[in-house]
Amino acid sequence: MERSVKDAGGGQSPAAKMEKRAEYSLGALSSLTLVLIAAMVIYVLSKGWPSFAHNGLSWFGSSGNVDQQLSEIFNSPANPKYYVYKIGTWPLLYATLLTTGLAVLIGIVVATLAAVFIVEFAPESVKRIVSPVIRMLAAVPSVIYGLIGILVLVPFVGNEIVSGGRKQSVAGVVQLSGASLIVAVVILTIMICPIMIAIVADALRAVPRGWTEGATALGANRWRVMWTVSVRAARPAIIAAAVIAAARAIGEGIMLAMVSGSVGFAPNPLDGLTFWFEPLRPYAATIVDNAEGLSVKPFGQTMYAIASVLLITALALSLGGAAAKRPLRKYGVRL
Amino acid sequence: MSFAPVPPPIRRIDPDAPATIARPGSNGVAGAAAAIQEAVAERPGTKGERMRINDLSIAYGTKLAVREVTLPVREHEVLALIGPSGCGKTTLLRSLNRLTELTATAVSTGEILLDGQSTHELEATDLRRRVSMVFQQPNPFPMSIFDNVAFAIREQASRKPGKAVLEPLVRDALERAGLWDEVGDNLDHPALRLSGGQQQRLCIARALAAKPEVLLLDEPCSALDPKSTEIIEDLIVKLKEQVAIVIVTHNLQQAQRVSDYVAFMYLGDLVEYGPVDQVFNAPLAERTKNYVAGTFG
Amino acid sequence: MSTTARNPGPQIVHKRGRDSVSNWRLIDRLALYACWAVGIGLCTVAAALIGYMCFRGIQYMDLSLLVTNPAVGASQADSGGFLSPIIGTFLLTLIGTVIALPFAVGAAIWIVEYGRPSWLARAVESAIEVVAGTPSIVLAIFGLLLFSGSIFEPLSFAADNGAVVGKSFLTAGAMMSLIAVPLIFTSTREALMQIPAQVREASYALGKTKWATIRRVLIPSVRPGIFTGTALGMGRIAGDTAIVVVLLGATLTLEPQGDIPLIKTLRGSGSTLTSYVYNNSPAGEGNAPQKAYAAAFVLLILILILNFGIDKLARRSKKESV
Repeated sequence: MERSVKDAGGGQSPAAKMEKRAEYSLGALSSLTLVLIAAMVIYVLSKGWPSFAHNGLSWFGSSGNVDQQLSEIFNSPANPKYYVYKIGTWPLLYATLLTTGLAVLIGIVVATLAAVFIVEFAPESVKRIVSPVIRMLAAVPSVIYGLIGILVLVPFVGNEIVSGGRKQSVAGVVQLSGASLIVAVVILTIMICPIMIAIVADALRAVPRGWTEGATALGANRWRVMWTVSVRAARPAIIAAAVIAAARAIGEGIMLAMVSGSVGFAPNPLDGLTFWFEPLRPYAATIVDNAEGLSVKPFGQTMYAIASVLLITALALSLGGAAAKRPLRKYGVRL
Repeated sequence: MSFAPVPPPIRRIDPDAPATIARPGSNGVAGAAAAIQEAVAERPGTKGERMRINDLSIAYGTKLAVREVTLPVREHEVLALIGPSGCGKTTLLRSLNRLTELTATAVSTGEILLDGQSTHELEATDLRRRVSMVFQQPNPFPMSIFDNVAFAIREQASRKPGKAVLEPLVRDALERAGLWDEVGDNLDHPALRLSGGQQQRLCIARALAAKPEVLLLDEPCSALDPKSTEIIEDLIVKLKEQVAIVIVTHNLQQAQRVSDYVAFMYLGDLVEYGPVDQVFNAPLAERTKNYVAGTFG
Repeated sequence: MSTTARNPGPQIVHKRGRDSVSNWRLIDRLALYACWAVGIGLCTVAAALIGYMCFRGIQYMDLSLLVTNPAVGASQADSGGFLSPIIGTFLLTLIGTVIALPFAVGAAIWIVEYGRPSWLARAVESAIEVVAGTPSIVLAIFGLLLFSGSIFEPLSFAADNGAVVGKSFLTAGAMMSLIAVPLIFTSTREALMQIPAQVREASYALGKTKWATIRRVLIPSVRPGIFTGTALGMGRIAGDTAIVVVLLGATLTLEPQGDIPLIKTLRGSGSTLTSYVYNNSPAGEGNAPQKAYAAAFVLLILILILNFGIDKLARRSKKESV
C-alpha cells in the first residue's frame, strides 16, 4: 500500500517539496500570460476610453473628414479642458472591413484550390516544390511585401493602369497615386494564403479513406471525389482557416501603411471601376502612420482607442479560431 | 513474367502428375488444376460470362499478391473467394474495378475482361459505374440517405438530374436493398445515424443505384451483428438475379449459404475452383480439404 | 478459348489503366485547371518575389554597406551602410528569444506534465492563442504604455523633462518575446505530447521524481522541437517592423544610454533592418530606395536561413538522436 509522501513524519520530504515548488513555479510562470493579456486589455482600453467617452457611438460613424479630425485632435490646445476628441472613424472601419473581407474571401477560394492541388493533383515532383514555396511565402516579413508593393506595384498601377482621365474624374475628392485598394487586397491575400493552405490541406488529408475510396469506387472522378466528399468534410477546417486568416489580416499594419495610400478616405463603390484604385487606410495602418504623435495626450488616447478596437476584435477572432480548431484536433489534423 | 527484379519462380501445374498422391511439400494441386481448367472453360448452354479474369498476376512493388489466376464471373451467379488472410482475395477483388490503382506500387499482368472488353481500356469512371463495390466497413457519406443513394446517379449523369428523375431511382435502389420499408418515410435523415446493418444495406443500395452489371462485396458482414448478417445474406441471394456478384468472405458457412461457385485462394494462387457443393463436400486439393475442414485458417 | 497451359509471350505490365480527363464534365475540367493555375500561380508569385528582391538586392548591394554605419548625408553615396541596423536586428532577436524561451518552454511543460487545475491550463492555452493573434502594432503601443511607467526606467532611459521614454532594446525585446512565445510554446508542446507515456513511466519506475524526469529525460528529448520553435520565433522577430518602429526609437545608429557597458547599449535606442527598410522607403523619410532594396535583400536572406536552414539542422539532429 502506498503511503503518500506527505504522511512521512510531520512534513514533506525534500523531494516532494521540490516537486511542489516546481509545479507551482511553472504554473505561476504560465499564468503570467493571463496576467499579461488582462493587463494589456485593461491598460489599452482605459487609455483609449476618453476618446470613446467623448464621442459615444458616433466614434464608429462618419462625422467628417477623418484626417482633418485627427489633425485637429493633434493640434489640441495644451489645456486639458480644451482637448479636442471629436472623431468619426467610419472611413477607417470601412477600410478595415473592405481589405480584410476581400482578402479573406478571395484567399479562402485560392487556398482551397491550392490545398486540393497539393493533396490530390500535384505530381510528386511538383509537390516537393510547392510545399516549401508556400512555407517561404509565410516567412517573408511584411515590410518586404510592403517594399515591393510601394516600389513596384503602386507605381505600376499609378502610371500604367490608372489613366489620366480616371484621375481627373476624382481629382476634386482624392488623388489616385496607385496606392490603392486593389494593391492592398492583392498583397494581403498573398500574405494570408499560406496559413489557410496549411490548415485546409491538413484537413483534406485527414478525411477518412473509407469515404474517398467509397466515392472513387462509385465512379466519381478525382475532382468530384475531392469536391463532394473531402472539401465537404473539411468545411469546419475551412471556416477555422478563414477566421485565423482574418485575425492576421486585421492586424496587418506595416504593409498596409505602405501600400494602401494613407488617406482616411472611404472608397466609393458607386465609382465603378475607380473604386478599386482609390486610396484608403485601415485601423492598424492608421496607428502605424501616426505612431510618433502618441505623446500628445488626446491624440494618443484616440490611437489607443483604435488599438482597443483591434485588440478586442483580434481577441474574439483568435478565441473563435481556436474553438473552431479544437474539434479538428480530434481527427488528428495538425494545427 | 517481366517484373524486375526477378520474381520467385512460377510453380508450373503439371497436368500429368497423379491426382491424389500426397507428396511432401505438395498440396494435391495437380488434380485441382485440371478441375479448375474444366470449370473455367466456356461451355455452351451454361450462363453467360459477365467478366473474365485471364492469367492475372498482381504485385505490389516486388511482392507478388496474386499469381496467374484465371476465373469467370457469370451473371445470375454468386462467386465466393475464400482463403486465409493475406492470400490475395481482396487484392483480386479490388483489381476487378481497378481500385488497386489507388496504391502507387501496384502493377499487374494478364487481363480482366468486362463483357469482352479489357478493363484497362475502359475509362476508370465508366468501369466503376458498371462494376460496383461494397466495403467491409460500412462507409456511408456524411450526407442524407437520399444524397448517399443518389450519389452514383448524379456522378453518372452529364447534367444535373432533377429530383423528379432521382426519386424513383433512389426508391428502386432502396427497395432492392431491402431498406425502403425502414427509411422510406424520411430520406433526409443523416445516413451516419443509421445502425451498422442499415448503413451497410444503404451502401448496397448506393452501389445498386446506378444499375451496375457486377457487384463486388468485400467481407460485407464481418463488421455486423448476426441479425444484420442474415438479412444481408438473404439480400445477396435475391440480388444475384439482377447482378453478377463476387463476394470475399472469411466465413465458410456464409460461403456455403450464399454462393454458387467458390474459388479458394492460398498465398496468391488459385488452388481450387468449382461449384460450392463440390468444393465443400468433395474438394479435389488436399489444401482445400484442410481449409474447409478448419484445420488451418 | 484454349485451356492448355499458356505460353507467356511478351507480357504487358499494367500500372494504371485509362483514366482520362477528357471524359469529365466541363465544369470539372475547369476546376482541375483552376487548381493547377493556382498551384503554379503561387509558385510564380513566390519566384517573382524572390527573383525581384535578389535582382534589386544584388544591383544595389555593396559589401561595404555591411560594415559602415548609417550617416546623415545629402546623397545616397554618403548616407552610409547599415551596420548598426544589422547589429540591431541581431541584438533584438537575441533579447526577444532569451526572454521568450523560459516562458514558452516552462508553460509548455506545465500544461503537458501538470496542468492542474484544468480550467487554468485551458485559460493559459487560450491566452497564448490570444497573444499569437494580437496585432504587433497593438503589442507595440501597449509596450510603450507599459514601459513609460517610471518603474521601468532602468529598462530604457529618461528624457530631459524626466519622462521615461520607454524606447530601448530591452523594452522592444520584451515585447518581441511575445511574438516568439506562441511559436516556441506550440512546438515544445507538440514534441512533449509525442513522447509516449512509457518513457515517463520508465523514469518514475527507476525512482526519479517528476521534476527530475522533466529535467533529465523530457527536456533533452524535446530539444529538436524547442529548436524548431525557436528558429521560427527568431524568424518572426527579425521580420517584425511595428514593434521596432514604435519601441526602438528609430535612431540611425545605436545610441547607448547610461554608463554600464553592454547594458548601456541595451538601454539605448537604435534601429533594425526592418525599420531601416521602412524608413528608407517612400513610406518613411525615404528617398533611398536603393538602400532599402539592399537592406531588404540582406533581411530576406537572413530570414530564409533562419526558417529553412535551422529547421534542416533540427531535423538532422532529430534523425541522429532517434
